[in-house]
Amino acid sequence: MSLKASDLKVGDTHSERLVEDLKRTQLVQYAGASGDYNPLHTDELFTVKVAGYPSVFAHGMLTMGMTGRMLTNHVGDGRLTKYGVRFTSQVWPGDTLDSTATVTGLSEVDGVKLVDLDVVTVNQNGVEVLKGYAQARID
Amino acid sequence: MAVGKFPVEFSHIMMFARSVGDDNPIYHDPEYAKTTEPGTVVAPPTFAQSSAQFDPDYVLRPRPGKPWFGSGKEPSGVKAGEGGGGGNGGGLHAEQHFEYHRHLKPGDVLTATTFPGKTWEKEGKRSGKLIFSESVTEYRDQNGKLVITARGVGVRTERPVEQA
Repeated sequence: MSLKASDLKVGDTHSERLVEDLKRTQLVQYAGASGDYNPLHTDELFTVKVAGYPSVFAHGMLTMGMTGRMLTNHVGDGRLTKYGVRFTSQVWPGDTLDSTATVTGLSEVDGVKLVDLDVVTVNQNGVEVLKGYAQARID
Repeated sequence: MAVGKFPVEFSHIMMFARSVGDDNPIYHDPEYAKTTEPGTVVAPPTFAQSSAQFDPDYVLRPRPGKPWFGSGKEPSGVKAGEGGGGGNGGGLHAEQHFEYHRHLKPGDVLTATTFPGKTWEKEGKRSGKLIFSESVTEYRDQNGKLVITARGVGVRTERPVEQA
């Protein structure tokens, strides 16, 4: 499935719920798959007593990965040309995240049609945890 | 970071997709994948980050015989200032950017070369002085072609980020 330039206009949005009540086990799962074993994400004792945080928290890249799922569901498989984010707040176990892509531009470069998207992920309190952009090939 | 050989494998893609909660069958069902536009299993957009698995010296992976700063008998396996990887864990990921020249698929064998970028400082309201440092990683395939350009920004904070 892919997007058609003729169906899109600036300001169009696509939203998805990324996760509900994020579990610590998913942080373990992401650590194992990505190879990032920073104890801040899986080791509550270390994170509370040594690092000084209230609990373990999600890898920024887990939030980026889940947000990427919203994007590929929207633009289609293998269609992204750019995807970049800033991690603006930490994500904690128990968080529920929602993500929205908003069309900011449509263009054509060397015969390739492209859509530019603004990307924002927020938690259950409406606090922005990730802000970024993506670009994808469209039909 | 330098990774001499990052083989992109089907089961790693499947596990990575699971870990980000993505049950799209293009990541785990080769028969389904044939019916899609790419025509093959592909890697999810942030998969390249898992090149850490293939970095022999990656500091955020416990290694046999080396000190590890996570908890064991004590809250940390190293004493303050002793080093041993990520120190007090004060380093956080601030930004990540990917440019896809093509998408990864099982069978690709990548190399990753990282170049240091800018560093800068900022005074943060919630965590004291922030020291940012940027790095650019080029992923090339088995034919030497650039497939993904990644730019990461890490930040070290003076103290843990205060919670609102």
